Amino acid sequence: MSWFSQTLTSSIGKKLLMALTGLFLISFLVIHATINAMIFYNDGGETFTHWGHFMGTNPIIRTLEIVLVAGFLIHIADGLILWKNNREARPIGYAVNNRSANSTWYSRSMGLLGTLLLIFLVIHTAHFWIPNRSNQFATGEELNLYQMMLDIFQNIWVVLIYVGGCISLFWHLLHGFKSAFQSLGWNHVKYNGIISFVGTAFSIVIPLLFALMPISMYLGWVK
Amino acid sequence: MEGNMSLSLKVWRQSNKETAGGFENYKLDSVSPDMSFLEMFDVLNEQLIEEGKEPVAFDHDCREGICGSCSMYINGRPHGPLRGVTVCQLHMRSFNDGDTIVVEPWRAQAFPVIKDLVVDRDAFDRVISAGGFVSVNTGNAQDANSLPVPKEAADDAFSAAACIGCGACVAACKNASAMLFVSAKISQLALLPQGQAERSIRAEKMVAQMDAEGFGACTNTGACSAECPKEISMENIARMNREYIGAKFSSSAV
Repeated sequence: MSWFSQTLTSSIGKKLLMALTGLFLISFLVIHATINAMIFYNDGGETFTHWGHFMGTNPIIRTLEIVLVAGFLIHIADGLILWKNNREARPIGYAVNNRSANSTWYSRSMGLLGTLLLIFLVIHTAHFWIPNRSNQFATGEELNLYQMMLDIFQNIWVVLIYVGGCISLFWHLLHGFKSAFQSLGWNHVKYNGIISFVGTAFSIVIPLLFALMPISMYLGWVK
Repeated sequence: MEGNMSLSLKVWRQSNKETAGGFENYKLDSVSPDMSFLEMFDVLNEQLIEEGKEPVAFDHDCREGICGSCSMYINGRPHGPLRGVTVCQLHMRSFNDGDTIVVEPWRAQAFPVIKDLVVDRDAFDRVISAGGFVSVNTGNAQDANSLPVPKEAADDAFSAAACIGCGACVAACKNASAMLFVSAKISQLALLPQGQAERSIRAEKMVAQMDAEGFGACTNTGACSAECPKEISMENIARMNREYIGAKFSSSAV
């Protein structure tokens, strides 16, 4: 095995990959949340559609989209491999285990939270991204995503699934954001405070912003 | 005696590596709150011997918290309910009269049970053999000022070197990861001038051995550090990540 693949398949290398793809996906969340938040202009989707059109047609963004899909796939595949390896490291568990005494439940549940997010991701892309891109390939025309949002978010069950997805995202980020820096070796007295603060703030703000979108459309605040 | 406690014990019994084990229940009637947890086990074993039964095998040596031999998972926590102590320093006053105490061995693929509560921790020795040392010529000690060490580096190296290799980090970790142990051993040498010559190859070899032993990866839950009797910091794991990634991308070992 070359030194490079040796590095990436080691326990620390797998965590390095999780951290790098995780931070990349976090940067994607910033863009995704910002553009979607354009619906709060409440201008019938004009600003949102303008930026949605830019994201859907700009050649640089479209190329980065391939990197984004790769980022998702690596994060998911690597996460599953880690989950399997970590389970194999303890074939016989404890009869009595008082884990809450030494760690938070969400830090121990990243695999479960990630799986919930994966299920949500499948539902979410089936709602918007897949039909839109399919239509672009077939006809070259984009779909009216704003109208699709208004329609889809009339169903209370869909709204609840989206809010559930946002709650999973909150817990996943609350550990993942800070954990990524630790995996990268970035544990330093000068930066730990700011990483912790930004990590917590990010974990609250982004999922809250996302959750408000289906809620606002369901309740008719955004038309 | 006045003030002594009655306890129910649920202890893991297993004859050897090959056979399946199970829990046995024991009753102790007059346990002094001033006994250490291991002394309580001595009393139990006396009782078992008198009854003609096989005593419980458990690891112990110095009984003063510095050897890293004792290894019991007590009521769901390595070394029991207190922070920063080993089982030998845990006293029965930390429990109440009438308590049921569950005692299990460390659980990890890399730490097979040898007998009852004794596990095989040779995996740690093999990680150390892979690179946890400095190769220096023997001879007279150098003049004290010939190798300047900053106070902060000396303090950090000392904190890392406090690791007694008991394996509580592996036992506590949901992934049975040995990263706190290995990172402490890498750190204590990486921080000092004597460790510089083999710094890169040490990180590469020790991590490779750690993975080969079948320990899990790190999820950064912090359980290891919280349960460590020597309170080794998670900063060491971050340092090991830097050492390993840096070594892998810059050393001349292909």
